[in-house]
Amino acid sequence: MNEQDIIYVDNNATTAIAPEVFAAMEPFLTTWYGNPSSPHPFGSRCAKVMVQSRKAVAELIGAEPEEIIFTSCGTESDNAAIMSALETQKGRRKIVTCAVEHPAVLSTCHFLQKQGIHVDFLSVDHQGRINLDEARAVIDDDTALVTVMWANNEIGNLYPVEELAAIAHEHGALFHTDAVQAVGKIPINLRQSQIDFLSLSGHKLHAPKGVGVLYRRRFTPFLPYLIGGHQEHGQRAGTENVASIAALGKAAELAMEHLRDEQCTVKALRDRLEQGLLASCMDPVVNGDPEHRLPNTSSICFKYIEGEAILLRMYQAAHICASSGSACTSGSLEPSHVLRAMGLDYQSLHGSIRFSFSRYNIQDEVDTIIRVVPPIISALRDLSPFGRK
Amino acid sequence: MWDYTEKVMDYFLHPRNIGEIADAEGIGEVGNIVCGDAMKLYVKLADDKKTIADVKFQTFGCASAIASSSALTEMLKGKTLADAAKLTNQDIADFLGELPEEKMHCSVMGMEAFQAALIDMHKKHPDWNVPVVIEEEGENRIVCQCFSVTEARIREAIKTNHLTTVEQVTHYTKAGGGCGGCKPDIQEILDDINGNKKKSSDDSAAARPPSQLTNLQKIALIQSTFDDIIRPGLKADGGDAQLIDIDGNNVMVKLAGRCASCPSAIQTLKHWVEAKLREKVSGALNVVEVK
Repeated sequence: MNEQDIIYVDNNATTAIAPEVFAAMEPFLTTWYGNPSSPHPFGSRCAKVMVQSRKAVAELIGAEPEEIIFTSCGTESDNAAIMSALETQKGRRKIVTCAVEHPAVLSTCHFLQKQGIHVDFLSVDHQGRINLDEARAVIDDDTALVTVMWANNEIGNLYPVEELAAIAHEHGALFHTDAVQAVGKIPINLRQSQIDFLSLSGHKLHAPKGVGVLYRRRFTPFLPYLIGGHQEHGQRAGTENVASIAALGKAAELAMEHLRDEQCTVKALRDRLEQGLLASCMDPVVNGDPEHRLPNTSSICFKYIEGEAILLRMYQAAHICASSGSACTSGSLEPSHVLRAMGLDYQSLHGSIRFSFSRYNIQDEVDTIIRVVPPIISALRDLSPFGRK
Repeated sequence: MWDYTEKVMDYFLHPRNIGEIADAEGIGEVGNIVCGDAMKLYVKLADDKKTIADVKFQTFGCASAIASSSALTEMLKGKTLADAAKLTNQDIADFLGELPEEKMHCSVMGMEAFQAALIDMHKKHPDWNVPVVIEEEGENRIVCQCFSVTEARIREAIKTNHLTTVEQVTHYTKAGGGCGGCKPDIQEILDDINGNKKKSSDDSAAARPPSQLTNLQKIALIQSTFDDIIRPGLKADGGDAQLIDIDGNNVMVKLAGRCASCPSAIQTLKHWVEAKLREKVSGALNVVEVK
């Protein structure tokens, strides 16, 4: 297998490191290996690049540099925000979240439930949308934190986080959003919102794995999750991952430059794919909210067949890398919690495929997918005992 | 993604013997679309009514399910029924080189489809002496409600494959892979077969709810079980429920949220809500759905 043969349309899972990003990080893995806390100029060189990166990330999300805390990943950021909110909002014993959150939030909430914290999971409708009236009904003066994702990783739905933050604040609760899938794909300006915490992850926007950010609004009470040294102004202990932070800064700059492309060229690829597959496959269904969706994500269910089988045949036919919400790809025996929460029928539930694009995809790749997938779907339908005429 | 052998990939990408046989003497159907894999197997005999002349299949499932099904059809062709009945799921796995342990249930599904086809044949032609494995009385109880796995199937998989842990049983039969509520039952079956001593009965007696509850205690216990266990459990899957009333041993429940529209709502009510209430409060309770 040659890497140039790969058609990579799984960018919600992870992204390629941009060449400029790699160039920006490399010196800090080789020449400038100092510790940014060191007093000598060799260390200061590292501290300096962190200042630049902090500024670039802040710009990308419309925040101030001092509101950026570098972490090791999106999951750490999510955990830190949730745990901190419970610590600082003394006396409040409730969290409000949503049924379709990423496991980084969902499993943390399940863990807290066992510790006696009351958790309300907002339900979603058939298109994966939440209902703000339900949120208004459950968010109360006992709520320490409302945490709802900005964009869903499986179906791409965008959630009304700014409205939710306002509702949370009416009750004195804090608001956190897991924006790992949103940052770099849609414009974000936190200055115009009441959002207290936001999580983002480097490897979803062409930086390497192992670096993330927790945005913490100035004056929002916060207690660190990792305790130790004074790094990140005492908000996140541990020697900084300088090279990856340098990379994330460059990736943020590039994301800012390419933000318009996401809405134009990337969205055009996604739409071309959907039109192509809807026209030529048997019984396809597009999942999610067509009105409020990430520009790069398409989740499609193919009825009466199973996702792993589709994925393996796509890879065999043209080295297409996508993902599936089917149980057989996850190692668990139950299919996607997101699609189940949406109440999808069982004919569709096991045959979902997610295509997620980036600015590095090209139209030729989309056309190959449109050519290769329909015969795979009909071959697997021929094998299936269900959905026969 | 799974690491499949070349032979698994070959049988997945180029499955042999797909389709139906109109005049098959035995048709076996196992699994269902809710559980994520299902198989239909058609067996046609030669004129001697003892040798398998042709086999075809239809399978809904992942790559290893399709490969296992197709491999089985190749293995069955030309065998006498008596020889074919001796095959085990391990023979399918061996034929394919190897299956990841998490996927062994695919090979088990193949054998179950063949056994179902034999039972079908036996019902249609009782005089043919079809070698049917008759399940022992009492072992047909469903242990895993999520995937409808019977005690007999779990026992068969444990014995054939020498399983020792609950996790292995899940890999081979899927039992315990959903809500996980039946894991203690699976452990008991494992202990029974593998001859492990049961824990002293005092422990389990202590955990059981008191058999003599006053009315008020019973209502309070139902209410707290409902609030602390049942509703959080349903909510985790986007559903919810409301306790409407308690009349004697009848507990009126109204499903809400996702549960209200779920196709398996009745199973949820009967097998999960009722089972939990019986476990925590009293074995005499019945759950009645209120719309």
